[in-house]
Amino acid sequence: MSRERVVVAMSGGVDSSVAAARLAAAGHEVVGISLRLAPGGDGACCSLDDFHDARAVAERLGFPHYVFDFTEAFAERVVGPFVTEYLAGRTPNPCARCNQHVKFDLLWRRARELGAARLATGHYARIARDPASGRPALRAAADTDKDQSYFLFALDAEALARTLFPVGDLTKAEVRRQAHGLGLPVADKPESMEVCFVSGGDTAAFVARHAPPGALRPGPVVDEGGRVLGTHAGVHRFTIGQRRGLGGAGGPRRYVRAIDAATGTVTVGAAPRPAAGVVARDVVWSAGTPPRPGAAVGVRVRHRQPLVPARVLAADGTEVRLAFDAPGPAVTPGQAAVLYRGDLVLGGGWIVGELAVHEPRPVPAAR
Amino acid sequence: MRVYLDHNAGAPLRPAVRDAVLAVLAGPPANPSSAHREGARARRLLEEARREVAALVGGAPAEIVFTSGATEANNLALRGVRAGARVLTTAIEHASVLETARARRPATVVGVDAEGRVTAEDVLAACLPDTGLVSVGLANGEVGSIAPVATIAAGLAGRDVLLHTDAAQAAGRLPLDVRALGVDLLSLSAHKLGGPAGAGALWVRRGVGVAAQVTGGPQERGRRAGTENVAAIVGFGVAARLAREELARAAAHMAALTEALFAGLCARVPDVVRNGPSEGPRLPNTLNVRFPGCPGESLLVLLDLAGIAVSLGSACAAGAPEPSHVLRAMGRSADEARSSLRLSLGPETTPAEVARAVDVLARAVVEVRARAAA
Repeated sequence: MSRERVVVAMSGGVDSSVAAARLAAAGHEVVGISLRLAPGGDGACCSLDDFHDARAVAERLGFPHYVFDFTEAFAERVVGPFVTEYLAGRTPNPCARCNQHVKFDLLWRRARELGAARLATGHYARIARDPASGRPALRAAADTDKDQSYFLFALDAEALARTLFPVGDLTKAEVRRQAHGLGLPVADKPESMEVCFVSGGDTAAFVARHAPPGALRPGPVVDEGGRVLGTHAGVHRFTIGQRRGLGGAGGPRRYVRAIDAATGTVTVGAAPRPAAGVVARDVVWSAGTPPRPGAAVGVRVRHRQPLVPARVLAADGTEVRLAFDAPGPAVTPGQAAVLYRGDLVLGGGWIVGELAVHEPRPVPAAR
Repeated sequence: MRVYLDHNAGAPLRPAVRDAVLAVLAGPPANPSSAHREGARARRLLEEARREVAALVGGAPAEIVFTSGATEANNLALRGVRAGARVLTTAIEHASVLETARARRPATVVGVDAEGRVTAEDVLAACLPDTGLVSVGLANGEVGSIAPVATIAAGLAGRDVLLHTDAAQAAGRLPLDVRALGVDLLSLSAHKLGGPAGAGALWVRRGVGVAAQVTGGPQERGRRAGTENVAAIVGFGVAARLAREELARAAAHMAALTEALFAGLCARVPDVVRNGPSEGPRLPNTLNVRFPGCPGESLLVLLDLAGIAVSLGSACAAGAPEPSHVLRAMGRSADEARSSLRLSLGPETTPAEVARAVDVLARAVVEVRARAAA
């Protein structure tokens, strides 16, 4: 009986290194794979140093490690949409897209070609069984501070069944302790918080560099009465809900409330406008079926934001409409709306807008 | 036992080379510039190695400049010869030629045909009035094509143009004679020959001026400063002598096994495609093959897990691969380049190793295709 072959996606960081170490210790035949995602290795991730780090960990732990070149797929599936989304006035979430379209799709197919039964990553999330459906479901990480389940909502039950998150039940401190215990050279490596392919964190400059000619257009900044307050250099510089200084240093600070890419108009207000709810499309449901109308859920509309109590107005295989129980946070098109029951992820979708205020609210059902 | 079929990335150290290197390392300090007897011994070892390396290419010992490898030799040629004048090179050169040419001076880059061959006509036609240096690799390490360097040299006769050839992949596999080739500069690497990494040489025809790129000492006749890496150079000398003495037998042996490898693959995987020259002269040890619809990365991993070391093309840092620029220059699509593998044999490769490689690779292709279709 041969051991089960598991491909571990290794970034060269401490989390995926410990994930690989735990699988190796559990007796799996581990194959470490690093992905080259950006040409030249610019940006904060997938530099040669990271590959060398991953390779050093693999050598130390005694399993093989390889680098696959995914630059073309990454450009097409993540970077291209990232730029397009910003130019369309939305705020993309490239990590969730990368998980959905690159790591848990392309890399999984590669892993399968290599005869692997499963794919593992160093994400902070857990895989549980949904008590209602009996199917595998995503569950928030034990370390709520580090929980990355938001970025993983698009993994359906089939994907979850072949996925392992070996550090999902550990805290970050425990992961570092284990890395030290194993003598891993990456035990104290700082973690990257930026979008990996945007060097220096200057998103607007990155979008400007990659935008097609003529796509960057200045436009007016207006208040809610339509009064022009100034001009801006392009809608890609704004995110709904963001607080921005206007009129240079010392100018008034306003909240971005709406972006109209067609006219290039950015609408700002003195206070953030609480949204009544959220509409998301291209949904994925872990249970295979959408939640029923009236279901009480917690919804997260931005990474690291608290869960907002909400009710499902309507949900099907393509779209979900949710009403916040109380006026909720700013809703940013392009981000994900992820539905939770407790710490179990029910699924989610990509935000297309906020719920119109006139939409009838559901009759409160018994909780 | 692992089967090593990546000699074009680096050949295993030959036992006689290892013994010679270890003897130097175990001996007294070896700075050939020192005035004492230890220094004199080091000088003797260095000059013996210089004679062997010169003999490998049919040159004179005084024409050899030892470097840290072929990359440095190529840099010395491209940066230190006819500085500022236009350089003409080809699209399938090693990065140490291509990138240096493009970075340092006006460059003309000549393309190749679909089988990876550059023609003398194309090179000569692209030679402009301001061209001062032509650099054409003698043999391509990815697909095994051989450039008509002697014909190019004849065509350049009478023009004020110097001719450099990177012979790192040709040494030990093809007869080398700088006079017959008609070149002015020629680069060599020790570790492609079974010598240690960290030693190489630029042969420079007597009378050709080369400006040192590493400065601050009179070593190597003022063309490369710094204390010579005597241990590695001694190993280079032994490897050069063995390569010269064994060339005829080794080349015939490797050619027979390379063709057996391809024939075996054809029998098991009917749609395998050979990249590189289908006929005519080619490196005796190099086989570049494409398995349509099969990612080379996946095949490489399955072979490595099964104990067989191959390559996707030229070795890149940390094994981070890009589609081969050589295959792209031959007109292959990125997908075609990504479904290709390079297998390169050495003089010690055995028929049993080739048979095992055929078996494991053919199985891997079937597995990958079946799993991709599932």
